[in-house]
Amino acid sequence: MSTVRLALASAVARAAAIALRASGSGGTSAPGKILLALAPDAIAQRSAALDRGSAVISATNGKTTTSSIVAEIMRGDGATLVHNRAGANMAGGIAATLNDQRGDFGLFEVDEFWLASLVSQLRPRSVLLANLFRDQLDRYGELDLIVDRWRDVAASATGRIVLNADDPLVAGLGAVAHNPLFYGIEDLTVGSDNPQHASEQACCPVCGEQFSYSRFFVGHLGHYYCPQGHFQRPTPQVTASDIALNGLGGSTFTLAIDGRSYGAELAMPGLYNVYNAVAAAALANSLGVSDETIVTGIRDARPAFGRAETVEIAGRACSIMLIKNPAGTNEVLRTLASDPLNQDLLIVLNDQIADGRDISWIWDADFEQLAQSQRVITCSGGRAVELGLRLKYAGVDPERISVRPVLDEALAATLDGDGERLVILPTYTAMLAVRELLVSRGAAPGSFQ
Amino acid sequence: MLEPTLRIAALYPDQLNIYADRGNIAVLENRCRWRSIGCEVTAIGIGDQIDPGRFDLFYLGGGQDEDQRRCAADLLECKRDALVEAASNGAVVLGICGGFQLLGHWYELGDERIEGVGLLDVETVRSDGPRLIGNVAIETALAGSPARGVLAGFENHGGRTRLLDGATPLGRVLKGRGNDGVSGDEGCRSGNVIGTYLHGPLLPANCWFADWLIAAAIGSETSLAPLDDSLELAAHQAACAAAGVNA
Repeated sequence: MSTVRLALASAVARAAAIALRASGSGGTSAPGKILLALAPDAIAQRSAALDRGSAVISATNGKTTTSSIVAEIMRGDGATLVHNRAGANMAGGIAATLNDQRGDFGLFEVDEFWLASLVSQLRPRSVLLANLFRDQLDRYGELDLIVDRWRDVAASATGRIVLNADDPLVAGLGAVAHNPLFYGIEDLTVGSDNPQHASEQACCPVCGEQFSYSRFFVGHLGHYYCPQGHFQRPTPQVTASDIALNGLGGSTFTLAIDGRSYGAELAMPGLYNVYNAVAAAALANSLGVSDETIVTGIRDARPAFGRAETVEIAGRACSIMLIKNPAGTNEVLRTLASDPLNQDLLIVLNDQIADGRDISWIWDADFEQLAQSQRVITCSGGRAVELGLRLKYAGVDPERISVRPVLDEALAATLDGDGERLVILPTYTAMLAVRELLVSRGAAPGSFQ
Repeated sequence: MLEPTLRIAALYPDQLNIYADRGNIAVLENRCRWRSIGCEVTAIGIGDQIDPGRFDLFYLGGGQDEDQRRCAADLLECKRDALVEAASNGAVVLGICGGFQLLGHWYELGDERIEGVGLLDVETVRSDGPRLIGNVAIETALAGSPARGVLAGFENHGGRTRLLDGATPLGRVLKGRGNDGVSGDEGCRSGNVIGTYLHGPLLPANCWFADWLIAAAIGSETSLAPLDDSLELAAHQAACAAAGVNA
């Protein structure tokens, strides 16, 4: 492919981007698709031109947040980023990002299904594989298929492979990777002896027997071993211990990198965000970033788009926390339960393609954690009724379940509550709608990134 | 008089749970409890033997290919005879998605043909065509069902299941794909043995059917006490509407 052809294709794609923005259609990946149609190797060419190379992040949960922490760290390291921060993480979105942004380091979150093809084009210096949970089975199919695809990536990628030691589905890929870097959680006090409902079942790659666990942290992430002694959790080089979870306010923990320990502060709530921070630290370490820069970046990182963002509305703090699958939802609910403020809760369930058309997953999420709630819970969105039903069978008093499918009305009703904090749990398309409504109701648009 | 009790055997809950099968059990449990009908749920795993007289309802969900293969082998090895005996004594057997395939004579997985329990006269083949995915609504002819006996849910399966001569579908497809995308048949029923591809999960979206199963399983002579089902009916209508059918 000649550079002339790429330059022409690039100009056409940029013109398309400008036209799309002017028409208000706002698609972030359409110009990238045009670019790839005109210049199929645009991703490989543009990526090869990045002076400091690139890194790729994939996971079911935490891609966007982990990327935002890595971005903060890399900026501290002096990098100028080419980064798909809006979460357009398939080929079109990544091509568009490479076409639109100028910088010396590429940071890409990549859809778990498209990882293999994008890694072979991007040729990143490091690939972070963080976790695999069941998610949108209507779109992705079964988890085993993703694991097989990821194994090919781990075996063939030219860059360093960074793996979550606590996820047996991911850690097992270390067997085929060259010199993998592992990270994990070492603080047993934040875990439990019992798995959550619908945790993934991982089996020993040698004998096929189900792993036993000495500790569960998040879903099937934890400390595990083959009962026959064939396989056990790899010892991680980058770890979090002494973890203190302070509700929606964030967390503190001890970050250890190859045995060197630092006090870390994180402004994002929940154990799942500690995982994201340790993952970001491991990835940055694999890229040669200094420990001090990593610790500073974790401290300065702020929640990404709709991931525990807090805005002020009508004099009250309003937190938006995206929910999209059982494991992520369970962690969000656990974090809410640990927050000392009383909350008016609005949950919004849509079933558009970006949310997943199949809403079965709400029955695998532990909404039972809300059973003792003494305040009204408002259910909204396209499938508000089914959400209300889920809460009823989770043990929430039906008197405290308010079903209001129209989002604006639901938001108005929730704003009328007298809780100290407003908490909104939307699925993806609902999150976009909620943000727009909050801005129209006077939340400062600048408070959203 | 002894309070009636529904005794549920949840087969392979650790392996066959992929489409939120837990929701189906939660609906059965709660709807019994709210009527003061006892409900016991026993998890039956790989290697466990079943006493056929100990249960009124056997539940079999769907799983990933590898898990399903292991469960199929275990079913044949230590559960098939007991399941067949229980079914012949009138126990309810409900198989959903993969569980439906396992209740048939066999199903194909890659180049392999995996033997099933054989309680339903169906066979399942793989096809090069796309998975059958989407919202679905079917019309059943179950005795005593309200209105047209409509069931709504979500289907997501690669296998194509065909009914052998004389087998009865659970219902006719109103919207969606059904057993194979062409015949218009959905599921299969033989007495109290029922297989279907509908999840969503099935019973939260169709509480009338949960009650039908409870009544069939405990052999209730009198009808079940009514419950405040306003939310349940609205959820059923929403699931029907998602499939494009007016309930």
